[in-house]
Amino acid sequence: MRPGKLEKEPYNVIIAGVGGQGNVLLSGFIGAALVNEGFMVSVADTFGVSQRGGSVASHIKISRKTLYSSVTLKGKADLLIGMEPVETLRSLAEFGNPGIISIVNPRPFYPSGGVAYPDLGEVRRAIERMSSRTSYVNVTEEALKMGNPIYSNIILLGAVIGAGVLPLGEESIFPLLAERFPGEILEINLRAFRKGIELVS
Amino acid sequence: MANIATLKPGSTCLLMGNEAVARGVLEAGAGVASGYPGSPSSEVIPALAEAASQTDIYVEWSTNEKVAVEVAAGGSFAGIRSFCVMKQNGANVAADFIVNLNMTGIGGGGLVIFISDDPGGGTSNNEQDSRTIAKWIDNPLMEPSSAQEAKEMIKWAYEVSEAVNLLTFVRGVGRISYTRSNVVPGELPRKAQPEAVFPEIWDRNNPRKSRFTSGPFPVFHAPLHEKLEKAREIFETSPFNSYTGPEKPELLIIACGASTSYCIEGVNELNLEDRVSVLKLGTTWPLPEKLVAKHLKTTCKVLFVEEMDPFVERSVMELAAALLPETAHLTFFGARSGHLTPYGELSTDSVIGALADIMGITYQPRDRAYEEMCVEAAALVPGRPINMCPGCPHRATYWAVKNGLSLDGRNGFVCGDVGCYSMGFAGPGFYQARTMHAMGSGTGLASGLGKLGRFGLDQPVLAICGDSTFYHAVMPALANGVYNNSNFTLLIADNSATAMTGFQPHPGTGQTATGEPAKVVELEAVCRAMGATVETCDPFDLPKTIDTLLKMMAEESGVKVVIMRHMCQLVKGKRKIAPSWKMHVDGSKCLADACGCHRLCTRLFGCPGLMVDGETGKAAIDEALCAGCGLCAQICPAHAIIGEEV
Ligand code: SF4
Ligand code: SF4
Repeated sequence: MRPGKLEKEPYNVIIAGVGGQGNVLLSGFIGAALVNEGFMVSVADTFGVSQRGGSVASHIKISRKTLYSSVTLKGKADLLIGMEPVETLRSLAEFGNPGIISIVNPRPFYPSGGVAYPDLGEVRRAIERMSSRTSYVNVTEEALKMGNPIYSNIILLGAVIGAGVLPLGEESIFPLLAERFPGEILEINLRAFRKGIELVS
Repeated sequence: MANIATLKPGSTCLLMGNEAVARGVLEAGAGVASGYPGSPSSEVIPALAEAASQTDIYVEWSTNEKVAVEVAAGGSFAGIRSFCVMKQNGANVAADFIVNLNMTGIGGGGLVIFISDDPGGGTSNNEQDSRTIAKWIDNPLMEPSSAQEAKEMIKWAYEVSEAVNLLTFVRGVGRISYTRSNVVPGELPRKAQPEAVFPEIWDRNNPRKSRFTSGPFPVFHAPLHEKLEKAREIFETSPFNSYTGPEKPELLIIACGASTSYCIEGVNELNLEDRVSVLKLGTTWPLPEKLVAKHLKTTCKVLFVEEMDPFVERSVMELAAALLPETAHLTFFGARSGHLTPYGELSTDSVIGALADIMGITYQPRDRAYEEMCVEAAALVPGRPINMCPGCPHRATYWAVKNGLSLDGRNGFVCGDVGCYSMGFAGPGFYQARTMHAMGSGTGLASGLGKLGRFGLDQPVLAICGDSTFYHAVMPALANGVYNNSNFTLLIADNSATAMTGFQPHPGTGQTATGEPAKVVELEAVCRAMGATVETCDPFDLPKTIDTLLKMMAEESGVKVVIMRHMCQLVKGKRKIAPSWKMHVDGSKCLADACGCHRLCTRLFGCPGLMVDGETGKAAIDEALCAGCGLCAQICPAHAIIGEEV
């Protein structure tokens, strides 16, 4: 997708993850960048107690024409940004369809309370089967290499922008990063962002 | 998030509904804003507090919602436009004041309350529909359908409030409060606030302007109904009521609030634009009857789409009954017919379901083969129970309670309360909290239960509450317990913040909503002054905490308070306080499957920072999550979890 050009009306994006992973930060960047590019956007994040380690999802509906309600219709997502494999699959089961594109962090986050995690290979195969295209980006691993898991969001943001699946280019994100991370933390976040782009190129 | 006072009028911004509400308050030129934190409404006051340095608005977190409305009403009485915000449960707390405020009316400044309800209960322990209160007390009510509209509606609500001299409600829902979407800010008023003055002189000819007493109510009750009729007249031509669709639709949808966009999307998705119309009501109480009656005449079928109680549905059906026989041809669909539910959150999908059934359409968003894959996928996906955060002090508190109660051995129990520590009723708190109702109820229940020794209740009675909750509603219950010589132990989980709702300051934090230093209302001093025995512990010091609990429970009478003081881990994170410990597991010591309760640390203790290493089968620390609090090193029976101080 080229910056500024929307391929479908509305275009439905879901960011699926675990409470605490920071999907609200990611959806905020994408939403703000889209508004700056002149799109009509609704961003709905799971709010409330699920943020305490439960499963969370942010839904972003993008349009050129009108403001839609925020939550995606069943089976109507176009792009799935998975911050965690099982959460990716959970969203696919509800909102997936044969055309959906999935960009996934393959690093599992284990549920607490002794709940068993399914076989990762099986989860990955299901994701691939249900998506028209799947890319894996090891954002948690890369972030830990950079010294703090906190960077995984920004790496993932870079990967999503680099993959060209949103009507946004790098330039739409830079000013937002500068605004959000003032001073010396900007440098490392820019590095994280570029790392993400590099992972998908 | 940008400072809402500095947004450029006419530009387009991505704003959360709660921020848009706050901007509306500024655009309306309100001078006083108060509230108590409660999701889904929690972000309005912080947005205003941040704007306070650029504008002349006074913003406060009040100790509870009743006080908050009183503070705002004070502003109104003195001639200043005032604003108050709360979640649905807060409306109950505020109700005691509000049910008298309808009689007195407001002062010279308009008074608007924004209440955000929580259909689906994502962030609440109930799912009540607060609209009922507007009807109950005969005050006007509006419901925005988007963030932009919420902003405009707040402004207009001030005009209505001042025109009819009544408090005016704007009711949001979580989906409006938390959705971020395009909002175009308007101008901020240039005028300074009028001079605040409490009407000094008793004016016999105009008592309404100079006295605010709810009695003698026979004098005020009849005029209240006149005011309500005046509001109805205003609502008949409100710009927030609109109609889209054919002139004579096969089906008329009457919708309000967040549901409106679900209806428009549902109609489009099913290609029913030529057959179905949508009457959106932005003003829902009092019902604009002439407007509704006009549209009822154009159709044979009506579907109500609104979240939770069939509030509009009942008002319209009442109207239809009054208009008989003209309305005899109508069939109604909605909560009553079972096409939609009077509970839970609605969605475009639920509206599509209702529309498809009424219009005789089949709707299938995906083909059979894909649907089958979805079923298989769903079966593979495990649940993900919510948990306290890694490093959360409540986990330490509940671990101490669990161990303390079992060492005590008399089946003691804990009456719970509302906050992050509510999770104590489930696995994350080891099932220790056994009741959960309203703010402060745990202590009230304990006060009663602690008097039942005479009937043979010999179990130690405990209650737990958070620091913010303590000031909100626990103090009267604690005084009650001391006064009536009840016997219980209150645990105050003092994590120095209203953590559940986003770390707002409160009377114990030494800081106001706008960041100025404030006097600390000290927990220890308050409890001691009330006559309780008080001890303070750091729950991460498990042995001392357990000992203190045992000592308190052993005392045979009186009210005991243990303050469990440790800063919320997320506040530590925000303040960039580094972890205290670097953790690792000594695989050679870990008992793995042979460990108590089939892996004490991951199964029972359950901090998200602990996991099982897939290769070795031993416990491991999840580096991406561990907050380095060091607690798990104290609970491992084999001393396999090791912390090095950093
Ligand atoms: S680390 Fe300790 S508590 Fe956890 S499984 Fe091993 S022995 Fe049990
Ligand atoms: S030190 Fe242990 S209890 Fe504390 S956060 Fe890390 S894993 Fe959890």
